[in-house]
Amino acid sequence: MFRSFGLNECLMLLAGLQWTAGLTVLAFAGSFALGIVLLLARIARWVPLRWVAIGWINAVQGTPLLGLLFVAFFGLALCGWDVPRWAAATAALSVYGSAFLADIWRGSVQAIPLGQWEASAALGLGRWRQLRHVVLPQAFAIAIPPTVGFLVQLIKNTSLASVVGVMELSRMAQLVNGATFAPFIVYACVCGLYFLLCYPLTWWSRRLEARLAPAR
Amino acid sequence: MSYTFRFTPVFNRVDQLLDGLAVTLWLSAVVIAAGFLLGVAGALAIRSRQAWLRGLVRTYVEAVRNTPLLAQLFFIYFGLPGIGIRLDAVTAGLIALTVNLGAYTTEIVRGGIDAVPQGQIDAGIALGLRPVQVFFLVVLKPALKTMFPALASQFTLLMLASSIISQIGVTDLFHEGSLIDSATYRSFEVYTVVCGCYLVLALGFRLVFALIYRLAFRAPA
Repeated sequence: MFRSFGLNECLMLLAGLQWTAGLTVLAFAGSFALGIVLLLARIARWVPLRWVAIGWINAVQGTPLLGLLFVAFFGLALCGWDVPRWAAATAALSVYGSAFLADIWRGSVQAIPLGQWEASAALGLGRWRQLRHVVLPQAFAIAIPPTVGFLVQLIKNTSLASVVGVMELSRMAQLVNGATFAPFIVYACVCGLYFLLCYPLTWWSRRLEARLAPAR
Repeated sequence: MSYTFRFTPVFNRVDQLLDGLAVTLWLSAVVIAAGFLLGVAGALAIRSRQAWLRGLVRTYVEAVRNTPLLAQLFFIYFGLPGIGIRLDAVTAGLIALTVNLGAYTTEIVRGGIDAVPQGQIDAGIALGLRPVQVFFLVVLKPALKTMFPALASQFTLLMLASSIISQIGVTDLFHEGSLIDSATYRSFEVYTVVCGCYLVLALGFRLVFALIYRLAFRAPA
């Protein structure tokens, strides 16, 4: 006998959605932290450091996230760390996100006119203070809309964590589907839930971008 | 760390990986062609005078861009049989990837077409070109040049994302990797090599697109 798709099944999907949201927050925090380091390396004055950053960005952007997930999942175990599945997924998503965020942010930093660098240098600011007080605050404003846009990508990509067994929305859908055998309604609900999570952010990102446009 | 890396069992099965690589390549080629056509059609429909058609395409683009490919794929492969539409894995994979790419391409092509100045279109009409000619020769061709970089990176991302269809059993590069993994238990080595293969493919795509760009748009259009 199959269970029918009712309130309990909806609640299970919502529990999965919580994990999707949680995993997104963790992955975004990781991507953010790694992305900042990568950005600083990418725009560093010491050229070899730049090469490392460019190599990292290209390598990660040329690898499927599914592959990164498996490498992280098995690689961390090889290192002797008995990490839970969600931690391995967070690691993979952070590596993945860092490469894209660093690239987005590099674009924002390069959009700041050279005159800003020169003016702050003329004021006697060192490289670090130029970045901290003059360039990054301006680049930050430009970077917000695409960063929010990338957050949507990240939410969608957490669905791949189901493949290594993290109990997020997509994995929960497989379980609910296995119990109810109502695949059409289950997967339609899942798509709907992802949409409800992503669309407000897409809308917000577009609004931020529109608000920024006349300022330039 | 007391683990000895052994890549030999993986490299012994390189023919399997090559089979998968061929599948990934032809799937990507078909999806890129179909998705591009779908995108051009979508961009045309968004400029249509029919409000219902514009609404339909906008809904399609938003629905696809705000849901994960994996959920779309599962919906098509596992969900549709629930209402009597049964597809084999390759067809379901092709449809999911094409529908997905089509939405992103619609946005890129729409943006490229919007960037063509109205005066250029008026000039085409004034020269007595038919509307179809105006669209293809005066609007689409120059627009293709501006949107080519965005399209090229979208196509490369598509090729990488196609690894997802391994999850419904299409024997692409990633799936062959999983098969080798189950045969050798060299999980880390297998997936590292598979990632390397995708990286080479991605770099190859970049080279090919750069070549196409140079051949197609070298002369001032």
